[in-house]
Amino acid sequence: MYAGSSRNVKEISAHRITQAVQELCIEANLSLSDDMKDALLQAQQTESSPLGRSILEKLCRNLEIAENEQIPICQDTGMAVVFLRIGQDVHITDGDLGEAVHEGVRRGYEQGYLRKSVVSDPIIRKNTGDNTPAVIHTEIVPGDTVHITVAPKGFGSENMSRVFMLKPADGEQGVLDAIVRAVREAGPNACPPMVVGVGVGGTFEKCAQLAKEALLLPVNAHSDQEHIRRIEELALEQIRALNIGPAGLGGTTTAFAVHIKTYATHIAGLPVAVNICCHVNRHASREITA
Amino acid sequence: MNEKMIQIPFASQEEILALHAGDEVLLSGTLYTARDAAHKRMSELLAKGEPLPFPLENQTIYYLGPSPARPGQVIGSAGPTTATRMDRYTPQLLDLGLKGMIGKGRRSEDVVNAMIRNGAVYFAAIGGAGALLSKAITQSEVIAWEDLGTEAVRKLTIKNFPAIVVIDAAGKSLYT
Repeated sequence: MYAGSSRNVKEISAHRITQAVQELCIEANLSLSDDMKDALLQAQQTESSPLGRSILEKLCRNLEIAENEQIPICQDTGMAVVFLRIGQDVHITDGDLGEAVHEGVRRGYEQGYLRKSVVSDPIIRKNTGDNTPAVIHTEIVPGDTVHITVAPKGFGSENMSRVFMLKPADGEQGVLDAIVRAVREAGPNACPPMVVGVGVGGTFEKCAQLAKEALLLPVNAHSDQEHIRRIEELALEQIRALNIGPAGLGGTTTAFAVHIKTYATHIAGLPVAVNICCHVNRHASREITA
Repeated sequence: MNEKMIQIPFASQEEILALHAGDEVLLSGTLYTARDAAHKRMSELLAKGEPLPFPLENQTIYYLGPSPARPGQVIGSAGPTTATRMDRYTPQLLDLGLKGMIGKGRRSEDVVNAMIRNGAVYFAAIGGAGALLSKAITQSEVIAWEDLGTEAVRKLTIKNFPAIVVIDAAGKSLYT
């Protein structure tokens, strides 16, 4: 049926996608990745405000209770953002891929005792009762595996995220100012200490997606481009000086990281998206092979 | 830490006036949960002159939509949601006797003015510490609008619930 290339096509059942998404939803909501845990632990040593240290200590205890007693880290278990990187040599069998993801979310949120926080229509606002639909980002890549990341996104911080359509003349300083402004305006509402994901370049929607993807990076990662790394460092320094602190009650631990991802853009534009995440920066990943 | 032990509902106005922005407190007693959808319904009832499903006078509202309880648990994860979204409805509730609010995030000038006018206090609970905060909740009962799921109104009994006075009855705020 696929003459010539059929030998290389790997079949992966949609049921396995459902199973993986289900498990990843629960895993992400009960336990943070080690880099995020370490960042919280370390901040207890470096935070200058006594109240800030007391809050960070409670946040660390919260993580322990969540893991030990299987209580979600935060009651806002998020809208499920699912990233699929699908190898171009993969054929999904046994059903509709999108529905397989939604079914995984449906089962994960029910079996994991996670909060159902999704309304079917933004104006009518009736809860769907099962946290579906998910937001799905699909990318076709070389290879023969399916890589899945589930990143439940809480809206305390999502609401404080911004897109700025800057002018080319705004340059590096404009990008820096946009990042710091978004964090300053987010303040206590975004549950600091935050992780700041930034997308620069592309188009209106491309920069927003880059910003979301930047939140998935290890917390200690830095851009490998020197001029971008400098903006990350300057932004983090200026954010620290805002004195927002843990829970927005003052202190030096306002953001753990500023991650910037870039893309080519148009001669007339400099799009900047700032996607803010709280200290509960959740994501869990798995690779499925045939 | 020197947390003040506070009983709610407050027994007197003096107790509220004795709270100052920056005070760390441990709250015990009873309160009601309400967030976006419940506030909208309360506002609609008040517009029609109908009674609310719970008494506001002297009470505290916790801006909370918990995650479901596992068998054997009182409640699931139970941290605060952003109070700012309730600002449109809050002055009216304060004028009707609401005395305490627990949430996180900034409040509007209208809310702060209504707090000063009525002698009310706004506590911050730590956002994103829902597992920890759930341990301070000893009873939970849905008392209205069960159809709203997590947004239903619950009556909670709490014991030594950690919070911080973030805006006091004089309008002084700890947020910069």
